[in-house]
Amino acid sequence: MARASSRRSRIGYTIAAWVVALTLFFPILYTIITSLKTEQEAISGFSLIPSFTLSSFEAVQTQNNYWRPFTNSVILAVGSTILALIVAIPAAWAMAFSPTKHTKNILMWMLSTKMMPAVAVLVPIYLIFLRTGLMDTRIGLTVMLMLINLPIVVWMLYTYFREIPGEILEAARMDGASLKDEILYVLTPMAIPGIASTMLLNVILAWNEAFWTIQLTTTNAAPLSAFIASFSSPQGLFWAKLSAASVMAIAPILIMGWFSQKQLVRGLTFGAVK
Amino acid sequence: MGRITLEAVTKRFGEVEVIPPLNLDIDDGEFVVFVGPSGCGKSTLLRLIAGLEDTSGGRILIDGKDATDTPPAKRGLAMVFQSYALYPHMSVRKNIAFPMRMAGVPQDEQDRRITAAAKALNLTDYLDRKPGQLSGGQRQRVAIGRAIVREPAAFLFDEPLSNLDAALRVGMRLEISELHNRLKTTMVYVTHDQVEAMTMADKIVVLRAGFIEQVGSPMDLYRAPKNLFVAGFIGSPKMNLIDGPEAARHGAHTIGIRPEHIAVSPTAGTWQGRVGVSEHLGSDTFFYVEGTGLAETITVRAGGDIDLHHGDTVFLTPDAAQMHRFDDTGARIA
Repeated sequence: MARASSRRSRIGYTIAAWVVALTLFFPILYTIITSLKTEQEAISGFSLIPSFTLSSFEAVQTQNNYWRPFTNSVILAVGSTILALIVAIPAAWAMAFSPTKHTKNILMWMLSTKMMPAVAVLVPIYLIFLRTGLMDTRIGLTVMLMLINLPIVVWMLYTYFREIPGEILEAARMDGASLKDEILYVLTPMAIPGIASTMLLNVILAWNEAFWTIQLTTTNAAPLSAFIASFSSPQGLFWAKLSAASVMAIAPILIMGWFSQKQLVRGLTFGAVK
Repeated sequence: MGRITLEAVTKRFGEVEVIPPLNLDIDDGEFVVFVGPSGCGKSTLLRLIAGLEDTSGGRILIDGKDATDTPPAKRGLAMVFQSYALYPHMSVRKNIAFPMRMAGVPQDEQDRRITAAAKALNLTDYLDRKPGQLSGGQRQRVAIGRAIVREPAAFLFDEPLSNLDAALRVGMRLEISELHNRLKTTMVYVTHDQVEAMTMADKIVVLRAGFIEQVGSPMDLYRAPKNLFVAGFIGSPKMNLIDGPEAARHGAHTIGIRPEHIAVSPTAGTWQGRVGVSEHLGSDTFFYVEGTGLAETITVRAGGDIDLHHGDTVFLTPDAAQMHRFDDTGARIA
């Protein structure tokens, strides 16, 4: 009896898990399906079977050059991530290995900046960008994306560095390692998994950022998020093209996320389970 | 060589003085154990010798040279940590090689020493594994291997066995003692376990609140504890301590008698009581005798074959020659 009921409940949980997963994935799936429809099919109502035409992709590619925003997305995501790591690694390092009374407060203060809605600082930042000539430039946007993700990057790295036991560093010191050797042979190799997953997460966050990238760009520095948005309003309702643009925008990051999911999951649950 | 001298070494953390000025001599080749309850400053003292903590006063001499301000790497000491502190990303071989790599030892010499250490520590088959793939005992052996290959002036052990299970602990205890007999290198060993201290040490240093309560060979401490603290700390099970009229009868404030120095008889003796809990270890039996009116319980050791049960009346006769007497300050009366 007990075995039968546990088997039944397992089947129940499996079905429930699939339902939840499919529900969460459905918008993406439907976007992909719609991108393979003709405009006619797309507006005619709900249907899960497209005619598998690639015309929308072609149209998107010829009307609005895809490669320019793609290049911008890559530059912004990678650039802002590298910048963020350059700033965050020493910061997290200092806080993890020589904490003071105020370390926790500083960390909380950094995180608190993420609690504010971005739109609250839109006007001052918009004006700064306008006055300093940073509007619609890759440099301006790279710095902006670095700044908005910095608190998360510092927090993640801090958590990782904290996990490195102090005794290992002391052992290295006893073993005759200089500070340089300690960093080179002991700390860095141990910190690399943490740095890698932080890097991955930050690339994804920067890639998907759609508030500042749309507000502070027009054409020059516009990444894929702005590319999608450009299909939504000014040219009317072109569902199939909008979907095709979305698919082209999310595909690279989806592929990257798929291949690095092990790293990412480890990064996101780090510290939760020993 | 490995002679370590502490001269009025002091350590303060902020306002708190953890180690008041302390003097100690550790001779070359000696196995010295720092023992004491947790928080007594024994680990801090070891870390001061290692150079992982800065002294707040006094001098540390290693082989006659002032090493007080010498960084840990330059003191020529090797340390084995409680948590093993292995480098998780390196194989066992690389872990053991690390100190030699830092010292620039030639590759063939490194290989020779690694092979020798691995053989001595039964690690030959594990050299290419990562620490995560080893058991606790094997990890601790790697940590010891890493210390050996440096050929240090002295080994420092910081509670190296506390993370191991009881059976493994006994095995490792023997291995470390054998290692000491073979290498004849100075070893300074920190533990809170008085059994480890008694079984391994040439010289035990009993610490309490940063103060040295007594320094001596295990048997010196067992036979002639300088005060009540050492009397209660060294020996297992603990020495029986008796206050009041019975102590006064012997001209002391407190008398101490070890469980093995009390004769047990079901018929006649000096003190009378009832058998409480008894622990049968096979070779020995420990009786916790209640209702003597002397102390809450009196622990006695008897042979394994004595037939006494819970609630039985029992007579105890202390061996007067083995009795320890202490005055009202807790100090031993000679």
